[in-house]
Amino acid sequence: MMYQDTAKVVKRHTAKAESNDKTTFGFWVYLMTDCVLFATLFAVYAVLHNNTADGPSSDGLFSLPLVLTETIILLTSSFVCGLAILAARQGRKKAVMSFLIITGLLGLAFLGIELTEFRDLIHEGHSWRQSAFLSSFFTLVGTHGLHIASGLIWLVTLLWQISKQGLSGSSLKRLTLFGMFWHFLDVVWIFIFTIVYMIGSL
Amino acid sequence: MLLANVLGKLNADQFPHDPIAAGGALTVVGAMIVIPVLLTYFKRWGWLWNNWLTSLDHKKIGIMYLLVSGIMLLRGVADALMMRTQQAVSTGANSGILDAEHFQQVFSAHGSIMIFFVGMGFMFGIINVILPQQIGSRDVAFPFLNSVSFWLFAAGAILMNVSLVVGEFSSAGWLAYPPLSELKFSPGVGVDYWIWSLQIAGVGSLLSGINFFTTIIKMRAAGMTLMKMPMFAWSVLGSMALVITAFPILTVTLALLALDRSLGMHFFTTDGGGNAMMYINLIWAWGHPEVYILILPAFGIFSEIVATFSRKRLFGYTSMVWAIGAIVFLSFTVWLHHFFTMGAGADVNSFFGIMTMVISIPTGVKIFNWLFTMYRGRIRLATPMLWFLGFVVTFTIGGVFGVLLSVPPADFQLHNSLFLVAHFHTMIIGGVLFGYFAGLTYWFPKIFGFKLNERLGKYAFWFWLSGFVLAFVPLYILGLMGATRRLNHYDASLGWQGLFIVAAVGVVLVCIGIFFQVLQLVVSFLLRKNHTDMTGDPWNARTLEWSTASPSPVYNFAVLPTVRDRDEFWEMKQRKESLKQPKYEAIELPKNSPFGLYIAIAAGVFGFAVIWQIVWLIPIALLAVIALIIVRSSDTDTEYRISAAQVAAIEAARPRGQVV
Repeated sequence: MMYQDTAKVVKRHTAKAESNDKTTFGFWVYLMTDCVLFATLFAVYAVLHNNTADGPSSDGLFSLPLVLTETIILLTSSFVCGLAILAARQGRKKAVMSFLIITGLLGLAFLGIELTEFRDLIHEGHSWRQSAFLSSFFTLVGTHGLHIASGLIWLVTLLWQISKQGLSGSSLKRLTLFGMFWHFLDVVWIFIFTIVYMIGSL
Repeated sequence: MLLANVLGKLNADQFPHDPIAAGGALTVVGAMIVIPVLLTYFKRWGWLWNNWLTSLDHKKIGIMYLLVSGIMLLRGVADALMMRTQQAVSTGANSGILDAEHFQQVFSAHGSIMIFFVGMGFMFGIINVILPQQIGSRDVAFPFLNSVSFWLFAAGAILMNVSLVVGEFSSAGWLAYPPLSELKFSPGVGVDYWIWSLQIAGVGSLLSGINFFTTIIKMRAAGMTLMKMPMFAWSVLGSMALVITAFPILTVTLALLALDRSLGMHFFTTDGGGNAMMYINLIWAWGHPEVYILILPAFGIFSEIVATFSRKRLFGYTSMVWAIGAIVFLSFTVWLHHFFTMGAGADVNSFFGIMTMVISIPTGVKIFNWLFTMYRGRIRLATPMLWFLGFVVTFTIGGVFGVLLSVPPADFQLHNSLFLVAHFHTMIIGGVLFGYFAGLTYWFPKIFGFKLNERLGKYAFWFWLSGFVLAFVPLYILGLMGATRRLNHYDASLGWQGLFIVAAVGVVLVCIGIFFQVLQLVVSFLLRKNHTDMTGDPWNARTLEWSTASPSPVYNFAVLPTVRDRDEFWEMKQRKESLKQPKYEAIELPKNSPFGLYIAIAAGVFGFAVIWQIVWLIPIALLAVIALIIVRSSDTDTEYRISAAQVAAIEAARPRGQVV
C-alpha cells in the first residue's frame, strides 16, 4: 500500500516535471519569435539610419555617458534577477522578494532614463516625425522599452503571487521564465547599445 | 466637439449607402440579430457557453475554427463573384455593377479574407482537431493559449466584417502596398481596418505556431521518434517552424505601417526619408513563407490520404521529410521574386530566380512520391482521393507556370498581369483549398461521428474542378494578352469580354460546387443515422487518430499508446492486437475558461478604438487585456479529473465494430 502511494507521488512529480519542461521549451520558442521581431527592427534601422531627411544623424545626437549608465543599470538588474532565482532554488522567500524588488527598481530607473532621453530629443525638435532615421530609432529602442515595461508589470504580478502562494511549483516556474525574459532583454539591449549608440556615434 | 472626443472619427456618414454595400452590411447586422434570437428561442445560451465558447478542448476549438473559416469562405466567394461579374460586363459604355472605389475594396477584402481567415482558419482548424490525436496525445501543449489564439483569430474576422457596416475597407490591395496605403493617399479608415484585423488575427496565429511546435516536439506518444511521426505531423512541424520565424516579421511590418499612419512616422512614406520598397521586402519576407505555411499541411493531408486510399505505405517517407525541410529553408530565399521589377539588378534577380526554380525540386519529389505510393496500390476513389487527383493535375500545371514566372525576363512581361493571378490561384485553390477539403472529408467522421454523403461530395468536387478550370484558364490567356490585374473596366476593342464571361461562368460553377458542399453537410447531418461510424476507423486507415471512437472521447486516448512503427495503427491491425482489458487511470484535463474569449473581446475593442481613434477607449482596452491575463495567470485551479471508473464507463459504452 505504502509502496503504491510512493509510486503515485513519484508519478505526479514526473508529470509536473514534464509540464515544466514543456513550458520552458515553449517559452524558448516564444523568445525566438521575439528575436525575429527585434531582428526585423534592426534590419529596418540599418536600412533607414542614413535617411535623415535634413534632420540630425546618429552622430553626436546621443549622450553616451547616459546610455552607459542605462546599460550598467540594466546589466545589474539582470544580475540581481539571477540572484533572485538562486535564492528561489534554496527556498528563501524573503531574499527572493527583496532581490526581485531591486530588479524592478533598477528596471524602472532604466526606463526612466530612456524616457528622459526621448523627452529631451523631442524637446530639441527631434521627434519621430522628423525623419525615417528617427522613426526607426524611436521604434527600435521604444519596442525594447515596451518589453521592459511589460517585464515590470509581470514582475509586480510575480511579487504578488509569491507573497500569496509562497515559492510553490508554479510560482517557481514563472520566476524562471521571467528570468529568461529579463536576460533576453539584456542581450537585445547589448545589440542596441552597440549598433545604435556606439557605432552610431563613431 | 464633445462627440468627436467620445467617438473619434466615427459618425453617421460612416454607414453604407449604395445598394450592394448596404446588402453586405445588412447581412452582417441580420446575422448579429438572428443568431441571438434563435439562441434565446431554443434556450441554447448555456449550451453554447459551456460546450463551445469557454471550452479548452482542442477538438472543439478546431471545430470553431472550421466554422469561422467556412463563413469567411462564403464571404470571400461572394467577393469573387462580384469581381467576375464586374469584369464580365464592364467594357465599353457599360461601367459594371461596382464603382471603382468599391471594386478596389472588394478585391482587397477578397485576398485578405481568403489568406488570413479561410486558409489559415481551415489549417488551424484541422491541425487542432487532428494533430494531438495523430501523435497520441491528450491535448496540445498549452490548452488555454490555444483558446486565446482562436478567439484572437475570431476577433480579427469580426473586425473585418464590422468594416462592412461601419466605415469602409481598405482599397489598397490585399497587401496594402505603400505609398498608396499611407495616410496621404488613403485617408479613410479602410487601411486601418486591414491593419488591425490582420494584426490581431496574426498574433493569434503566432501563438498557435508556438503552441503546436511545442506540442509536436514535447508531447508525442512514447516510442514515436521524429522519424516515426505520421507525415501530416511532419508537415505541421515544418509549417509551424515557418509561422514562428515569419509571423513576427508580419507583426513588425503591420506595426510600422500603423505607426506611419497614426503617429506620423516615416518608414514607408514618400517624404522624410521613408522607403516604400522596404515594406515590399518585409511583407514578402513574411508573405512567401506564408504560402508554404498554408500548403505544407495540405501536403501532409494528401500524404495521409494517398497512403490510406492506396492501401500502401507512403512511398519515400525519408525523402518526404527532407523535402519538407528543404521547402522550409528555401521558402526564406525566394521572396524577391514577387518584385523582380523593383530594379534590384540582374545579379540579385538571377539569384532569386534560381532559388525559385530550386524550390520546385522538393515539391516535385513530393508529387512523385505520391504517384509512386499509388503505383500498384489498391486505389479507392472516395471523395478525398478525388480531391487529391484534382490537386495533382492542377497543382503541377500551376507549378510549371510558377517556374516560368521565376525567369526574371519573363516575369517582367507577366508581372501584375492576370497570368500571375491565375498562377497563384491555381496553387492556392488547387493546392491549399483542395487539400483542406480533402482533409475535412477524410477526417469528418473522426470529428463528428458520421461520414459525409459520398455522392454529393463527388458532385461538389466535379463542379469545383470544372468551375476552377473554366474560371482560371481564361485568366492565363488574358494575362498573356496583356490584361493587368485589378481592372474594373477595359476597352471593348481589346476583345477580352468573351474570355471574361467564360471566367464568370466558371465562378458560377464553383458556387454550385459550394452549394453541393453545404447540401452535403445538411443531408449528411439529417441522415447521420445511416452514415454513423461505429468502428472509429471508417477508411481502414493507418495512423493513431483512427484507433479511438468516432468522435473521440474528450481525453482522446483512454490509455496513452506506445508506438513501435511508422504506421502504428495499421501495424496494430496487422498484428491483430486486441488490447487485453486495459488498466485505466484517472485523467486530468483543462477546465473550461472564458478568459480567452474575454481577452479577445478586449483586443477587438482595442483594435476598433485605434481604427476610429477613440482615444479614451484605447488605454482602457489595453489595461483590460493586461488585467485579464494577470487574473487568469493567478488561477491555480485549472484542471479537472476524470476518475478511472468514469474512463472505464466511457470506454465500455464505445461501439466496437472492429478489433483493437
